[in-house]
Amino acid sequence: MISYENVTIAYNRDEAPVVSGVSLRAVRGAVTAIVGPNGSGKSTLVRALLGRVPLGSGRITIDDVDLTAISRRDMSRRCAVVTQREDTTFARNVGEYIALGRFPQSGSWSTAPSGDSDEVISAARRAGVEPLLHRITDELSGGEWQRVRIARALAQGGDALVLDEPTSFLDVGHEMQIFQLAVSLAESGAAILLVSHQLNLVARFATSMVLLHKGLVVATGAPDTVMRGELLERVYDWPLVVTRDPAVNAPMLVPLRRSV
Amino acid sequence: MITHRTWHWWAGSLLLAAVCVLGVALGTVHLSLVQVAAALANHASPAVHAIVITLRLPRVALAALVGIALGTSGATLQATLRNPLAEPYLLGVSGGAAVGAVAAMMLGASSALWPLLAFTGAGIAVIIAIGVARGAGRSGHTDVRVLLMAGVVVGAFANAVIMILLANVPPNTVRGALWWMMGSVADTTWYTVAWLGVYVVAGVAYLAIHAPEIDVLTLGEDSAAGLGVDVRRATRRAFLTSALLAAATVAAAGLIGFVGLVVPHMVRAFGLSRQRSMLAGCAIIGAILVVASDLLARVVIPPSELPLGAVTAVLGVPFFLIQLRRML
Repeated sequence: MISYENVTIAYNRDEAPVVSGVSLRAVRGAVTAIVGPNGSGKSTLVRALLGRVPLGSGRITIDDVDLTAISRRDMSRRCAVVTQREDTTFARNVGEYIALGRFPQSGSWSTAPSGDSDEVISAARRAGVEPLLHRITDELSGGEWQRVRIARALAQGGDALVLDEPTSFLDVGHEMQIFQLAVSLAESGAAILLVSHQLNLVARFATSMVLLHKGLVVATGAPDTVMRGELLERVYDWPLVVTRDPAVNAPMLVPLRRSV
Repeated sequence: MITHRTWHWWAGSLLLAAVCVLGVALGTVHLSLVQVAAALANHASPAVHAIVITLRLPRVALAALVGIALGTSGATLQATLRNPLAEPYLLGVSGGAAVGAVAAMMLGASSALWPLLAFTGAGIAVIIAIGVARGAGRSGHTDVRVLLMAGVVVGAFANAVIMILLANVPPNTVRGALWWMMGSVADTTWYTVAWLGVYVVAGVAYLAIHAPEIDVLTLGEDSAAGLGVDVRRATRRAFLTSALLAAATVAAAGLIGFVGLVVPHMVRAFGLSRQRSMLAGCAIIGAILVVASDLLARVVIPPSELPLGAVTAVLGVPFFLIQLRRML
């Protein structure tokens, strides 16, 4: 379980915090989604988990263990993060790429396992990318690449997985693949924390949602609780309605045209 | 069974051995392999013994060490900075070292002190570049883009300082400084080979130990942090070790450009990507390139010698351009 307790973060002491008093929990067996407009603090929460920005106050725990009480390597054995962007300057064999996920498990100086080790094949199978193991990373499509990145995260071996906007730039088919994969991983017992702009897919697939606005949690709970028209209209500053998609029986946001 | 990859390692090692043997045998005075073997076994005439043991062997050994140091340093910097155009001299190492060496010449310091001052100059330049990058980065993180820019600016500043220093000195000093800046492994001694050897063995071993961490760093800082790497410490460790390796070669043999840039690209063309394999490949190819370049430098227009740095560039540039065309 990933837990943020009353977390406040400011990039500079003199500036207003980007995240204020945020508390949320991503429990095992569920997909917990963080949503909100650009600049609402979603990615800052992920960077804080990675130790890339210091907490002003509050704490983050993984399975009730405070992040400050364990080493970075220990943290990465418990929780894997698929960041928003990743450097792809140097292409690799997909198997070798997924094997990098075993770095936290290997000794400081020992080399990562080979691209066809059991752990790598198992992670690739869970993410549905086993047929890609012998391809080169820069030959993959956007959707394949994201699933390969998730396989690398699964190879880390933890029970908690954070996905930061994993469907940016993906078409609808690849988006669906990623969301279905997130759900199936949660069903197999993982705690999934998903940051996304795709409100309709989140409302359909997530177990619970956390809506951030200007660094504050403005709504939290089941999708039906968070997907309220007047609330989302205020947060996104755009006229919209929330209806119910009869095909999938989930709340659906429809943005309206604003009169000029 | 010999696999595709194993075959490459054998071929590389044999080629390195071959260029080293040719490097000892060929020169102003050509020696046969029998004469070389006799000198190694201490059965040759005093003249042949002196040519092999005192002149050419240390020269070939120094060239190989320079190639190993620059190749592995380049591979580490390209991976850590996630930039295929990164090379050790880009961090201001060459400029700083040149200022140190030129200052030593102008002050009339003994030539034995030139490497020491070159090393000091390179060290100061790298520390300034890293200091600027750390100051510019958010929350004290080293910003790799700023580091590259700071390295280029420190290098340009060093060049300006050299121009000013050389503006009012006798022509002989200018010629000496220019020759040194073009790089050479001629007239070296076993003493220089020994101290550079210590630096290279220690530096490359240190980089090899931390190679898995550098593999993870190629994914970017956030992803590396997610895999448990202390990004700040790992990046600094890689920079300092690479820069000091390059500075040591500059101190021992002057400026030999392009090796650190082109060798990692040559090795990647063989399909290697893991950092530990890259280091081994860059050590072999780097040594081959510099030993072969030095051989060419002295056999093309004997008894004159071409500047080593110019030959490495002439050999490396066409390969690099071909690689560049493939990348586009």
